[in-house]
Amino acid sequence: MKKSNHIWIAFRTAFPYTVPIFAGFVFLGIAYGIFMNSLGFGAIYPILMSLLIFAGSMEFVAGNLLLMAFNPINALLLTLMVNARHLFYGISMLDKYKGIGKKKFYMIFGLCDESFAINSTISIPNHVDKGWVMFFVTLLNHSYWVLGATLGGIFGSFIKFNTEGLDFVMTALFVVIFIENWMKEKKHQSALVGLGLSAVSLIIIGGNNFIIPAMLAILGVLTVLRKPLEKVEVNTTL
Amino acid sequence: MTMNLMQQIITIVMVVVGTILTRFLPFIVFPSGKPTPNYIQYLGKVLPSAVIGLLVIYCFKNVNILSGSHGIPELIGVAVVAMLHVWRRNMLLSIAGGTIVYMILVQLIF
Repeated sequence: MKKSNHIWIAFRTAFPYTVPIFAGFVFLGIAYGIFMNSLGFGAIYPILMSLLIFAGSMEFVAGNLLLMAFNPINALLLTLMVNARHLFYGISMLDKYKGIGKKKFYMIFGLCDESFAINSTISIPNHVDKGWVMFFVTLLNHSYWVLGATLGGIFGSFIKFNTEGLDFVMTALFVVIFIENWMKEKKHQSALVGLGLSAVSLIIIGGNNFIIPAMLAILGVLTVLRKPLEKVEVNTTL
Repeated sequence: MTMNLMQQIITIVMVVVGTILTRFLPFIVFPSGKPTPNYIQYLGKVLPSAVIGLLVIYCFKNVNILSGSHGIPELIGVAVVAMLHVWRRNMLLSIAGGTIVYMILVQLIF
């Protein structure tokens, strides 16, 4: 098979998985562009920030940071806290991103919630190049996000139709991926641990601060459950 | 605006660096050339299911059970997504259906 041909097949395999993200990211990106506009920033801010940061919720936070007193250390610490969940994505993808060459650097850079959710659960046929499929999932998601932020930054003030609630598309996506993963895995302890402990943590702590306690609790319980769970590990993904 | 352009650039660079750090750290600590410790391999296998659960909950971080609409539209939206998905197992249908129901709820009812 020619190289360009197998890359094209990988692209066509990746694209359908990203269609829901297209809807979600273009909308959320537009919302982000409008948000930045409302804070008084020109279109170049959402465009560059969506391109370089590529971590949705943190970009909204960053918009607010730019309006406060200059405090780079605070900005760094806040980013580490809000984005700590990425550490789990990396650990989960260590094996899957092995041996796929230089594109790995871009794929790690672009490992956002949605790219992680798709790439960690996607079933790729054997004849298709897995590395390129996961690369295109990342690249397409990144492009949608920048496209949305650009549109929002430039044309945001002209949007008339009532988009309230459209951001639910991202919630719906994660629920679908959760159910798909549930149907594929043999035992559900890990999924239940993640869902349950996060819910408890959110109820007790609330807001953005719930993430790190939830992560620590998940880590603790999964460590305790290691013996029983290791027997079924084979079937959790792919 | 309180920051000048240079300070804005530094702030954005900090956010970029912080994000990149959280994404690259596991790959730096456990390089592909060396064998990954068994415990980390185990985590790599069980974490995805748990983290997707975390992501689902993460979407509700701005919902307040005690005030406003009490999270009812969110719960109904999720139920519609789940039912559609178990019924037809069509990703786009489940997502579009649930989102449309949710938008109708928050725009017209709640």
